[in-house]
Amino acid sequence: MSELTLTVMRLGFLAVLWLFVIVAVQVIRSDLFGTRVTQRGSRRGADARPQQPRQNAAPPQQRQQAGGRQRRGAPTKLVVSEGTLTGTTVALQGQTITLGRAHDSTIVLDDDYASSRHARIYPDRDGQWIVEDLGSTNGTYLDRTRLTTPTPIPLGAPIRIGKTVIELRK
Amino acid sequence: MSVVTNTTTIGAIDAPSRRNTELMLLGFAVAIPVFAYINVGLALDGELPAGVLGYGLGLGLLAGVAHLVVRRFARYADPLMLPLATLLNGLGLVLIWRLDQSPRLLARSDFAPQATNQLMYSALGIALFVGVLLVMKDHRVLQRFTYISMAVSIVLLLLPLVPGLGADVFGAKIWIRVGGFSIQPGEFAKIVIAVFFSGYLMVKRDALALASRRFMGLYLPRGRDLGPILTIWAMSLLILVFENDLGTSLLFFGMFVIMLYVATERTSWIVMGLLMSAGGAVVVSSFASHVQSRVAAWLDPFGCLETAPEASNMLNACDQMTQVLMSFGAGGTLGTGWGQGNSDLIAFAANSDFIFATVGEELGLAGVMAFLLLYGLIIERGVRTALAARDPFGKLFAIGLSGAFALQVFVVAGGVMGLIPLTGMTMPFLAAGGSSVIANWALIGILIRISDTARRPAPSPAPSPDAEMTQVVRP
Repeated sequence: MSELTLTVMRLGFLAVLWLFVIVAVQVIRSDLFGTRVTQRGSRRGADARPQQPRQNAAPPQQRQQAGGRQRRGAPTKLVVSEGTLTGTTVALQGQTITLGRAHDSTIVLDDDYASSRHARIYPDRDGQWIVEDLGSTNGTYLDRTRLTTPTPIPLGAPIRIGKTVIELRK
Repeated sequence: MSVVTNTTTIGAIDAPSRRNTELMLLGFAVAIPVFAYINVGLALDGELPAGVLGYGLGLGLLAGVAHLVVRRFARYADPLMLPLATLLNGLGLVLIWRLDQSPRLLARSDFAPQATNQLMYSALGIALFVGVLLVMKDHRVLQRFTYISMAVSIVLLLLPLVPGLGADVFGAKIWIRVGGFSIQPGEFAKIVIAVFFSGYLMVKRDALALASRRFMGLYLPRGRDLGPILTIWAMSLLILVFENDLGTSLLFFGMFVIMLYVATERTSWIVMGLLMSAGGAVVVSSFASHVQSRVAAWLDPFGCLETAPEASNMLNACDQMTQVLMSFGAGGTLGTGWGQGNSDLIAFAANSDFIFATVGEELGLAGVMAFLLLYGLIIERGVRTALAARDPFGKLFAIGLSGAFALQVFVVAGGVMGLIPLTGMTMPFLAAGGSSVIANWALIGILIRISDTARRPAPSPAPSPDAEMTQVVRP
């Protein structure tokens, strides 16, 4: 085998190996998945939907498809305002949200006072969001009252589960 | 409502299944080793190697089976892990085959060609990978085996010490011999003990993180919470003393400290872990001769080559180390090219512990960096999986597995390059050795399973029976 061929192959191999690495990194770049972190330093309310990243384009469309029954003024997200998960939000897209320490809950509470299946939040047929206590040990509180029946959630009312407080926001 | 807040919002992005990307990368990952194989044949004999078709088809078939299983049973899994592991495994096979061709090595009595065996072990590894994906539908079932896996891992680690079963190979007692096969139980124990650590830390992390006193800027845990870390420390020291295996003990202790840190977010654990491992290493190296010779070979390989007594363990260690360093040096920036280096001069364990020296010589710094990046990408995907996992057990498990993988790469690559004293561990996927490649395929299988669970979009709400449309009878 001639020296030239071998040199070309040697450099060619390194080039191909690095090409693989670069392609793999490109795949990672186009594969931002899992959680979306949005920093909000702007005034809320005045500007309900600040500039959103590119990946954000899909969810609102879906929301319209899924519901069509969402009324104006209906809450669009659930926010954890106290407890270890403070700052976590979950978009409300017509699905049932389960809360508890069980690992298959939508929001897994890391809270000693919560039961494994503590409560659920779901929309009724009119799109009104309802919170229901699932027979928890320490109870679920809406404002100051302990829940005994499924109860509609007013916008911004604190729902207290153990040390965690969540509320629905627009 | 117009309050200025600075909160962070975390919401889900719909993750598409990336299986076609994976298939494209897999094709690439099979083509590169075939290219390397042809290159070795052309450089050594001037003609296409006879086995190239069989080798290419074999690797392609294995990768294809793995891909189809992932496509069917783990649709949303990470698209990069399988191609990266396939590429490393394929290149490892080429490296081993290339060293099999060396007349210098073939002349030695303790050398036997390994490439065919390694291909078989890779097939077994892929079979285990497939098995993991088929049997384990959800990684959270492993949580039930927290304490069983502790017992299993201790048994696995102690097996090499059982008389009649354990085998002493050049000072390190980390193998067992069962019916003609030698198995390295430590490689499997690494996965099993990760199950225990994640199950245990998931339950105990609050006690470990919160019940502590502050002293000189560090959070010191209570005495009774120190129990587990002291136990693991003592266990890894015992491995070091009785099995003479620095690598495994470093791997286990390091993995535990990483997982403790991730679970509790307390820097003090890292500080304590570093102090304890440094203390342990100093004490042990002062009386274990096996470790002493490795340290001497690390500090001054060329000097100790002259001062070491004839035919001693230390002379062997220093000789290997000098050959390895010469190998890296001879490679330079771009390497000598496949099949044109002299890394076979390392002689003993050239195709297992020291296989990275062949990469360094024949592919040069550019190749070494590419290999380290491939490992880095696997680790990055593992950590990303841990970040995305929704359950604490899966998070800790994924971080433990990728941490163990990272530590192993660091310990081997660092040892071979002379950054730390050399330890008898295998470079994941590259080095000849059945246990290592099989265990690492299982590790990748588990990571793929966790990443599938993590990236799977949340299930759509169950249709409520009340919401069904009422049929209207039309006249």
